[in-house]
Amino acid sequence: MNTRRAYPTWFALGALLLYGVFTLVPSVLGILYSFTDWNSYTTELSWVGLDNFATILTAGSNYMHVIGNTIMFTVATIILKTVIALALAVLLTEGIRRASSFYRVLFYLPAVLPIIVVSLIFRSILNPADGLLNETLRAVGLDAFALKWLTDPVIAMWSVIGVDVWRGVGYIMVILIAGLLAIPRDYYEAASIDGASAWSKFRHITLPLLTPVLAVVTVLNLLYGLKVFDIVFVLTRGGPGRATDTVYTMVFEDFSKGRWGLATALSTLLLIVMVVLAYFVIRVLQRDEND
Amino acid sequence: MRFAANARGSANHFIALVAGLLVFVPIYLVFVNSLKTRAESSSMGVGLPAVPQWENYTTVIEDGDLVVAFLNSLLYSLSATAICVVLSAMAAYVLARRRTRGHKLIYLLLIMGIAMPTNFVTLMQVMQWTNLVNTQLGIILLYAAMQIPFSVFLVYAFVGSIPRELDEAAFIDGCGPIRAFFRVIFPLLMPVLVTLSVLSILNIWNEFLMPLYFLNSSSAWPMTLAVYNFFGMYQQNWALVSADVVLTIVPVIIIYLLAQRWILSGMSTGAVKG
Repeated sequence: MNTRRAYPTWFALGALLLYGVFTLVPSVLGILYSFTDWNSYTTELSWVGLDNFATILTAGSNYMHVIGNTIMFTVATIILKTVIALALAVLLTEGIRRASSFYRVLFYLPAVLPIIVVSLIFRSILNPADGLLNETLRAVGLDAFALKWLTDPVIAMWSVIGVDVWRGVGYIMVILIAGLLAIPRDYYEAASIDGASAWSKFRHITLPLLTPVLAVVTVLNLLYGLKVFDIVFVLTRGGPGRATDTVYTMVFEDFSKGRWGLATALSTLLLIVMVVLAYFVIRVLQRDEND
Repeated sequence: MRFAANARGSANHFIALVAGLLVFVPIYLVFVNSLKTRAESSSMGVGLPAVPQWENYTTVIEDGDLVVAFLNSLLYSLSATAICVVLSAMAAYVLARRRTRGHKLIYLLLIMGIAMPTNFVTLMQVMQWTNLVNTQLGIILLYAAMQIPFSVFLVYAFVGSIPRELDEAAFIDGCGPIRAFFRVIFPLLMPVLVTLSVLSILNIWNEFLMPLYFLNSSSAWPMTLAVYNFFGMYQQNWALVSADVVLTIVPVIIIYLLAQRWILSGMSTGAVKG
């Protein structure tokens, strides 16, 4: 049987159809609508050119603030999750023998819980008056650190970041453990014979060989961070003020208030940023493979 | 030397224990507070209840319409996963076997979806045009569509490890392409499809944003939205909110503990090999 008949292209049609209708079409439509003043107050639609983008990209606008928040959230969670997850992954593969698989299962557990549930739990833990965190801090005499975790505009974003790290670090850890286990043991044995210290083994064997996996992990965290919604929405609703608003909570707000043209323009900007980032990441990863 | 190694070993165990507690305590909190009275639970403390209030659960199930929400979550996660798994497997199989320019382009277009953000505003319009807004069928198709890019990506890599000779043997035995795929290849894909199904069921069970945008009527809400709404109504009663949360996460935790082998391996092979 020839390949064309053996592997008919229509096998891919179902997947393409669903993907096309629910992902591609809305994205393309979104690009078109982002040049209009589409809103809930009038049925007339007029072309406004780049006005929506100008509104969003004006220095000092709410939108720029929200974009800044999203970048801060993304960068901070990438760094914190990767560093902590790497430390935990090394701990569970090298540091301890007993119970290491128990800890692996436990550390991953928060990642399978619904994000809105995690956010609800932490709303109570972070309650400034009688939440568990401040109660504990006061009990050990650290009253000065018993802060208004979710209502102080300076601290709120860091609390959201902290909760998200708690939730997501196990997932990254599991991927890094798989990466660590894929490194041949011989390298470490040879280094030991040469008298290499634990740090220099980590620096010169583990880190370089783990780079591709670290790149994948960074991409996963990046894609998640730029689209973050649930955790912010339930923990703070973007507040206090706009201290923790992100791109997706802003899109939701504009959508709810009927500012559809602006909401699509913001979504389109996110689309452009993510497609460009994905393109560069794929190119970098493929260059690594070809070397 | 021996002593130093022991000391380091103990320090490592101590660090693991502290990290373990940090993960465990917040989850423990909802379980213990779900059995307290309203007054006892007001600060969500770690203490045990004086008398376990099991009736919190009956109250929550009745007041929160949880039975309906539970069945909705089950319906959405199972049917969307089934659709997604079959369609993704078929697509990945053909795209991996035929590597012409056109097929590679289709593959790239599909996996681009892993990075592409959803435009909810225009998606709403598409849902209205197709009469799918506020329907259960709509949310099922939407969930299936959302999972397709990553699923195709995961299965595509796996198809490469199945020798072509198996397809050819099936063709020689007189199978058409459909029979060859479902009788011979589909069973061989099982390891990756099981992983995929578990991940997809958990993802959909935990998802919150789609129903928030596209389901107005509470009778169609899944667990996540029901819990969120319940929290809005009973903010002053953490015991009931905790009981509600426990009922939402117990199925997730059970699935996770039973299927952790597939989840952990799937997560890591997807990322490390990909």
